Amino acid sequence: MAKVQGDVVIDIEHCKGCELCNAACPLDVLAMSAEVNSKGYHYAIKVNGSCNGCSNCAIVCPDGVITVYRAKV
Amino acid sequence: MTQNFDIPEIRTPENLVYKKTSVLTDNVLHYCPGCGHGTTHRLIAEVIEEMGIQSEVIGVAPVGCSVLAYNYFDIDMQEAAHGRAPALATAIKRVYPEKFVFTYQGDGDLAAIGTNETLHACNRGENITIIFINNAIYGMTGGQMAPTTLPGMLTSTSPYGRDVQMMGNPLKITELLALLPGTYYVTRQAVHTAALVRRAKKAIRMAFENQKLNRGVSFVEVVSNCNSGWKLTPLQANKWLEENMLPFYPLGDLKVNGELVKKSE
Repeated sequence: MAKVQGDVVIDIEHCKGCELCNAACPLDVLAMSAEVNSKGYHYAIKVNGSCNGCSNCAIVCPDGVITVYRAKV
Repeated sequence: MTQNFDIPEIRTPENLVYKKTSVLTDNVLHYCPGCGHGTTHRLIAEVIEEMGIQSEVIGVAPVGCSVLAYNYFDIDMQEAAHGRAPALATAIKRVYPEKFVFTYQGDGDLAAIGTNETLHACNRGENITIIFINNAIYGMTGGQMAPTTLPGMLTSTSPYGRDVQMMGNPLKITELLALLPGTYYVTRQAVHTAALVRRAKKAIRMAFENQKLNRGVSFVEVVSNCNSGWKLTPLQANKWLEENMLPFYPLGDLKVNGELVKKSE
């Protein structure tokens, strides 16, 4: 079976740290950063490389800060 | 130092699965973190983009949290007086019958001060789309009790919980509107999980497509959170919504193609 590799790009300056993407991710790829962005929010970051590009995080994000890519490898 | 899990080689246009739509502007949404308004804005913008009607759609912004909605949609928009969005949308649709006209309203706007306009626009059967965000509270003004506030729910003007003996019953306006002859499609959706967002998008798409049929009002209620007004974190607010809001405001279609949907229970 072809393996699917996904990747997300997070616009950290527009992230408000609501953690909804974190809860929506079935593979626990996302977590909140220890650092803050210029608005003072703990933004979402990737904590492992197991993303499969399901885009659940992106469609629950109220601010639309996540871009999702998916490729067969 | 955090480890880098980026995979830049797959970030190519042909591998792109999801990207914020260009129908939304680059302005930062002023909504609180985790607010369902942002998600609903994005769904409407995606539907407009998919239907290719960006130059043919006119939105009507309400008064409430979403009063600045016109800053975020890259389409023609008009601001209405408090609660009067359906009346204004009626006028716009009658002057430009070939345009797609929608209103975007909260529960304080649509179900309180604008109940009159909403009921009459829906009863007349105007060929417009109404998107109704129900978070059971007046969010912008500081979390006061709204007509849609649940029995026993704590708000800043019902600090001991809504007492229906004294403060009256919550208004299920969506059920009320479904009974009117002028509504063609009435549904209730939510946007707090990925599956529900996908379903809500289909409902909003159908509500816009219905305007081509000229059969009456398409009404989409979105049960949303108000984490600031409810004094909860976004995740706690979504859990509260599932446990308290959804039993009172059950999700699903109430009227499809002008026919009331019969409940199996």
